[in-house]
Amino acid sequence: MNELQFLTWVRGPGLDIALSIFLLGVIWRLVEIYTLGRKPDLAVPRSRPGASGWHTMLRRSLPPPGMVKRSPVSYIGGYIFHVGLAIIVFLFIPHIKLIEGLTGLSWPGLPSQVIDAVTVVTLAAMVVVLVDRINKPVKRYLSTFEDYFTWTLTFLPVLTGYLAVQHLFLPYTTLLALHILSAELLLVFLPFTKLFHAFTAWGSRWFNGDINAKRGVPV
Amino acid sequence: MNKHGPLLENLAWQGISRRSFLKYCATLASLMALPPTAGRAMAEALVHAPRPSVIWLPFQECTGCTESITRSHSPSIEGLIFDSISLDYQETLMAAAGHQAEEVLHKTVSENAGKFLLIIDGSVATGLDGAYSCIAGRSNLDLLREVGPKAAAIVAVGSCAAYGGIPKAKPNPTGAVAVSDIIKDKPIVNIPGCPPIPVVMTGVLAHYLTFGSLPELDRLGRPRAFFGETIHDRCYRRPFYDQGKFAKSFDDEGARKGWCLFELGCKGPVTYNACAHVKWNHGTSFPIESGHGCIGCSEPDFWDAGGFYKALSMPADPLKLVAGAAVAGAAVGVAVSIANRARKGAAKAAHETATLADLEK
Repeated sequence: MNELQFLTWVRGPGLDIALSIFLLGVIWRLVEIYTLGRKPDLAVPRSRPGASGWHTMLRRSLPPPGMVKRSPVSYIGGYIFHVGLAIIVFLFIPHIKLIEGLTGLSWPGLPSQVIDAVTVVTLAAMVVVLVDRINKPVKRYLSTFEDYFTWTLTFLPVLTGYLAVQHLFLPYTTLLALHILSAELLLVFLPFTKLFHAFTAWGSRWFNGDINAKRGVPV
Repeated sequence: MNKHGPLLENLAWQGISRRSFLKYCATLASLMALPPTAGRAMAEALVHAPRPSVIWLPFQECTGCTESITRSHSPSIEGLIFDSISLDYQETLMAAAGHQAEEVLHKTVSENAGKFLLIIDGSVATGLDGAYSCIAGRSNLDLLREVGPKAAAIVAVGSCAAYGGIPKAKPNPTGAVAVSDIIKDKPIVNIPGCPPIPVVMTGVLAHYLTFGSLPELDRLGRPRAFFGETIHDRCYRRPFYDQGKFAKSFDDEGARKGWCLFELGCKGPVTYNACAHVKWNHGTSFPIESGHGCIGCSEPDFWDAGGFYKALSMPADPLKLVAGAAVAGAAVGVAVSIANRARKGAAKAAHETATLADLEK
């Protein structure tokens, strides 16, 4: 298999397989989670929940008081790489073109040079967060294989994408194919690892905010 | 004209001044990224070079490569080099035909064994023992196996000879393969393209005449000097790509303003060739300048790379499994959910109420 055949495979059957596993996994897990079922709450709410669920979605995206100072790498590094990933994935024009090709949805993107800069910052933030995880004894103790595995799955598409755009180390065609392959691996594993928080984080925050308000702690 | 005499005599005979010849050599040297002194060395070598015998074998091909080279030919100096090698066998260009032509071929091969340069265009059909493509009753495969090992070096001109090209496209009914799939022990230069750029070919020949060796090649056997960069990297429309300005159709405002053709399927980003800077038709333009995206014709298996008008960011094939997977995902979700509820129900049914007496046991 030469590099163009490799690229054609990852753009064709590879993409088909990866997207299928991704969709299968995401729908499976969402259906499973949302149909778990809870017993009807017969207690009278202590307070009206109001918008507590929505407020919590926002509040838990902000650092609690004093935590940025206590754990700057986790918070600042975490913000940078999450926002960076969102910018790279959703505002790089070839990515928008792919999404448009798959779904018909399209929106304006950012110039490549801006994406380049964001990518460098994102990669750096991810490396810093990893080093911090390894260096801090508590974090290291809490880390399992899955944490390092999901970090790698997330890091590789960003790295290979950057190398491809910058034409480093390998021919562009090979790097583009590796980039797409790494993104496909990310898609395949996302529903079955803690990366699934991309889908569940907001829903669970809403639920926690809502239930806490019913128990008397509205926000 | 002395057929095997040095080039200089032929140049004078054809009314080419020394000045324009030197200019040509300097241009060629700079095109191939050789040091400035190489231009002079090239001129010296070419002037004194005895004209090596060249045999051009056409296999499973469309003569487009020959057409391409002759087009740039007549007035241009690269054509002279071509004229000034001893092109002993070229079916399209030679006057002889039939048995006479075959005689020339075999005479040239036996007289110049180990010294002649073999140029091949077209892929090699291997199906039915090569019967899909024959010359004078002999299959190309057979001819290549006989002539190939006697050549000093082989130049595979065009994507078909270099990589199998269009004949090798799925489902490849003739079992087409590249020259390098058959001949393993000779130096082979691939000059892919459908057709290749004429100056790239003459550049390789000039390099061979000057230095007595083939130019530096990349992994795919292509001269690095011409195939070191992608079309996209050298494209004058690249700034529009970076700014996100794309033509959406061949006739919209973007197309008229000369914006990037990426969305219209341009394969420039994955195509290594010299079109964007060497250009075609005496440096007039190249396809993207004429408003059409690159189709990637100099890459192996370009014909099966997912469609000429499909952007590289688009899926190469229709997604066949996705809809089924979504339904399967929902089905699995519901099944697991039912199982979970059944477990919950079973746990509830099996639950025994603890009494105070139980707790005090």
